[in-house]
Amino acid sequence: MGANLKTVLTFAIMAAMLAAVGVLQSWSLALAITNMCLVSAVMALGVNIQWGYAGLFNVGIMGFTALGGVAAVLVSVSPVAGAWQAGGVGILFSLVLALATIAAMVFVHNKLPKSRGRSWLLFLMIIVGLIIIRWQYAPSVLAIEKFQPAQTGFLGGLGLPIMFSWFVGGVFAAGAAWLIGKIALGLRSDYLAIATLGISEIIIAVIKNEDWLTRGVKNVSGLPRPVPYEVDLQSSPWFHDLVEKLGGSSLPSDALARQSALQQMVIESSSLFVKLCYTGLFVVVLCLLLWLAHRAQKAPWGRMMRGIRDNEDAANAMGKNVTKRHLQVFVLGSAVVGIAGAMMTTLDGQFTPGSYQPLRYTFLVWVMVIVGGSGNNLGSVLGAFIIWFFWVEAEPLGQWFIGFVTSGMAADNALRLHLIDSAAHMRLIFMGVILLSVLRFSPHGLLPEQIRR
Amino acid sequence: MTLLKAEAMIAGYGKTRILNECSIAVDRGEIAVIVGPNGAGKSTAMKAIFGMLPLESGSISLDDKNIEKLSPQDRVAQGMAFVPQTSNVFVSLSVEENLEMGGFIREDDINNTRDQIYSLFPILYEKRKQAAGELSGGQRQQVAVGRALMTEPTLLMLDEPTAGVSPLVMDELFDRIIEVRNTGIAVLMVEQNAKQALEIADTGYVLVSGENRFTDTGEALLADTEVRKTFLGG
Amino acid sequence: MSNDILNALVIISNYILVPGLAYGSQLALGALGITLVYAVLRFSNFAHGDSMAFGAMFTILGTTWLQSKGISLGPLPTALLALPLGIIAAILLCLIMDKLVYQHYRQQKSTPVMFVIASVGVMFITNGLVRFIIGPGDRAFSDGQRFIIKAREFKRMYGLSEGLSIKMTQGLTFVIAIIAMALLFWFLQRTKTGKSMRAYSDNEDLALLSGINPQRVVFITWVIVGTLIAIAGVLYGLDKSFKPFTYFQLLLPMFAAAIVGGIGNPVGAVLGGFIIAFSEIAVTYAYRKFLIYLLPEQYEPDGLMQLLSTDYKFAVSFMILVAVLIWRPTGLLRGKSI
Repeated sequence: MGANLKTVLTFAIMAAMLAAVGVLQSWSLALAITNMCLVSAVMALGVNIQWGYAGLFNVGIMGFTALGGVAAVLVSVSPVAGAWQAGGVGILFSLVLALATIAAMVFVHNKLPKSRGRSWLLFLMIIVGLIIIRWQYAPSVLAIEKFQPAQTGFLGGLGLPIMFSWFVGGVFAAGAAWLIGKIALGLRSDYLAIATLGISEIIIAVIKNEDWLTRGVKNVSGLPRPVPYEVDLQSSPWFHDLVEKLGGSSLPSDALARQSALQQMVIESSSLFVKLCYTGLFVVVLCLLLWLAHRAQKAPWGRMMRGIRDNEDAANAMGKNVTKRHLQVFVLGSAVVGIAGAMMTTLDGQFTPGSYQPLRYTFLVWVMVIVGGSGNNLGSVLGAFIIWFFWVEAEPLGQWFIGFVTSGMAADNALRLHLIDSAAHMRLIFMGVILLSVLRFSPHGLLPEQIRR
Repeated sequence: MTLLKAEAMIAGYGKTRILNECSIAVDRGEIAVIVGPNGAGKSTAMKAIFGMLPLESGSISLDDKNIEKLSPQDRVAQGMAFVPQTSNVFVSLSVEENLEMGGFIREDDINNTRDQIYSLFPILYEKRKQAAGELSGGQRQQVAVGRALMTEPTLLMLDEPTAGVSPLVMDELFDRIIEVRNTGIAVLMVEQNAKQALEIADTGYVLVSGENRFTDTGEALLADTEVRKTFLGG
Repeated sequence: MSNDILNALVIISNYILVPGLAYGSQLALGALGITLVYAVLRFSNFAHGDSMAFGAMFTILGTTWLQSKGISLGPLPTALLALPLGIIAAILLCLIMDKLVYQHYRQQKSTPVMFVIASVGVMFITNGLVRFIIGPGDRAFSDGQRFIIKAREFKRMYGLSEGLSIKMTQGLTFVIAIIAMALLFWFLQRTKTGKSMRAYSDNEDLALLSGINPQRVVFITWVIVGTLIAIAGVLYGLDKSFKPFTYFQLLLPMFAAAIVGGIGNPVGAVLGGFIIAFSEIAVTYAYRKFLIYLLPEQYEPDGLMQLLSTDYKFAVSFMILVAVLIWRPTGLLRGKSI
């Protein structure tokens, strides 16, 4: 009961803070923060499934998020027929070649006895395979990227509704997680960390450089939306009626003034309405995932996971296949992160590979999970809200703080100017201090895991 | 001339009491052996004497000085040396470096002590440049004992030195331990191989459920029919 | 014909050997720090890359100050004079973070992963400090003579069509790294304190029994690691350029180097550093010109003859890392792992 009260109370405080932003700054900003909080909450939930349920330390979150973004592009953008004609076949063929190389390597690996010769043969196969694939691949890529490079220069996607990509993003991330989990799970915990760090850097490198796939750093913008566009709303009579019904009382009575004020209100409301639509969609996804995660945690499966986490040796001795369970939970958690990645790109309406930074997309999510409470799903949701809120609000707060500290200095003081310039970087220090303080003084986080025996 | 006197030790882990008023004494220049069935508290007694396990009550004195409040490190400085049962050498360090680390706290020249140890364990001199982890089990135990002797202790404590080595190696190790004793060092050891250990023991302690059941010379214990029947398998 | 072979050799030296030696030295120094923290404090330090940026930053600030006073080292970069400042700053950072952060978890005997998460917090703070003080942008701070050997002079001297050039920073990197490593290995192998560090890393309990003071070992370790951090950070910054984010990205190749060599094993870290550096450069180098010299005219390649584009250099260290994790998790020179 005490724990429930605390949960309700902390979420109420969080809501109040968001409302305060709405009143003091703007409702549009408050909703924008809320939407990113919701996306972050899904990410944090995914990480909590790995860390809180099973104690797996994944620092490749950025990569899985970006894979979700790739899914958003590949699902929603219409196919670029010209590019397909130019090099689509070549790309598909080199994909086949790559698969053939891998299949041949697996074959050799399984058929030949373990020996130095086999290792050299496999090594040689990689080199030869790479050369053959490049011979097929490089010209196709060139051809694709040459096709209308300013607008497309990539193969495009399937032209399906972007909401499908939330599922596909999860599948992409799950696939990458399966691969990396196969390699690094079962080794020391730090090795998984380093391997995931590596895979996420590589995923980003691929996305940035393979222009034929998602246009690389040229970005893909104008992704189709799952929610209405502002202009359409502004020209819809029903929206006008709705705005008038809700806000009519505050409008001036003079007909002419009333008309222009209403027009203004409709424009503002349309942007709020769009954001609210996203909020609604995200809340549905988050609640669904939370419900599933909660069910899983309470089921025998969750109990077993906790048992493994708390005493791996005992679980091993009891005949549980720890590595297999870990792989399961690692794939599931990464899939959730992939879903969040697709949701985020949907929200942004564009895919910008250059913006993926490990501090923001990997380590900040970790701060969310640790601060919220490892092992407690609602805790990581709360952590995501709080940390994202402060991540956004730290900038004005930092500016204000620096302004306050340096107020005694001359306006053109070099140090003052430097400090004001650098205030934005304070939030990194701030996040580090929050993480370390929670870890040290309240290691179970704001909403600790509730242990039911 | 009693060197170590541990009296009425009571100790345990959490609520489980392992030692029940157990007393151990070792004289200078003698080998004392603690034997007993599994779970009798033999190793626990060693840990308590060396200070790795706090006493609930009882007293321990070395050379008439109370030491029960000292940390293991400080007991080393007082002249105790302890050879754990496992992980008792620095595997990645050479034999020579192992000995050097044994004498880490000494400020004076340790070369003499090292040479004495080499003459006591000639095989260590031969292998002095080799990593301790590359040696055989018996040789490792010699390194472990040698490392402990580097502080020139008055009391050497060995926790099951022959665990996991072949009978042949065991005999050799016991010979070495007798030689150590002959240099005037008191030796206290816990042993599973009770019969062989009692053969070289000046004093033997038979512990059962953390209590002293029999205490006598090794010879007498070996001759005692009840001890033989109950603990030495006939 | 024989000139063709010579030219091909010069190309390989110029584009693979020399840069590989320089980059390998930088990675080796970084991996040494990571491996020492791992060996003594038993965790993977995610703050390592950003600490390198921190040490380099203080050196840059010192360099700027010296330059403003008109002090320079002639042909050598002024940064060498300011390096001690960077070393002191990095050591202080390490010691303060140990006192404020890691010490607590050591006393609690926390799991390695808790240390790693704590090091993420330290990484945030260090990264923030660096960006706050010097900004996130690029900073070139190398001055003095640019080349030891210039390509043009080399061509003239030997009458070859290809020239070998060795940058001052490349030469310095290699020499300083070799000196630093020699000193470190002398310290670890020959001094009593160094041996006690190895002993502590090997068997903590037995080290305690032998009267080795853990606090002192930890202190010395951070002093050494801080020194390595600053040297590696400055050499990398001199050779490439200083940008905070690239230091974070060095984490992956440095970890890969430490693990490939056998984590916890200093010799392995050096070996791993050079393996990663040479593989990275060799796999991403375009061999077209090299092959033109060696192959008969009719077989001359028309592509770049590059296995992987340079954008994928991370993939190289990652592939090597994965291969080692699969086939030899303890590393080439058996580190202390699993």
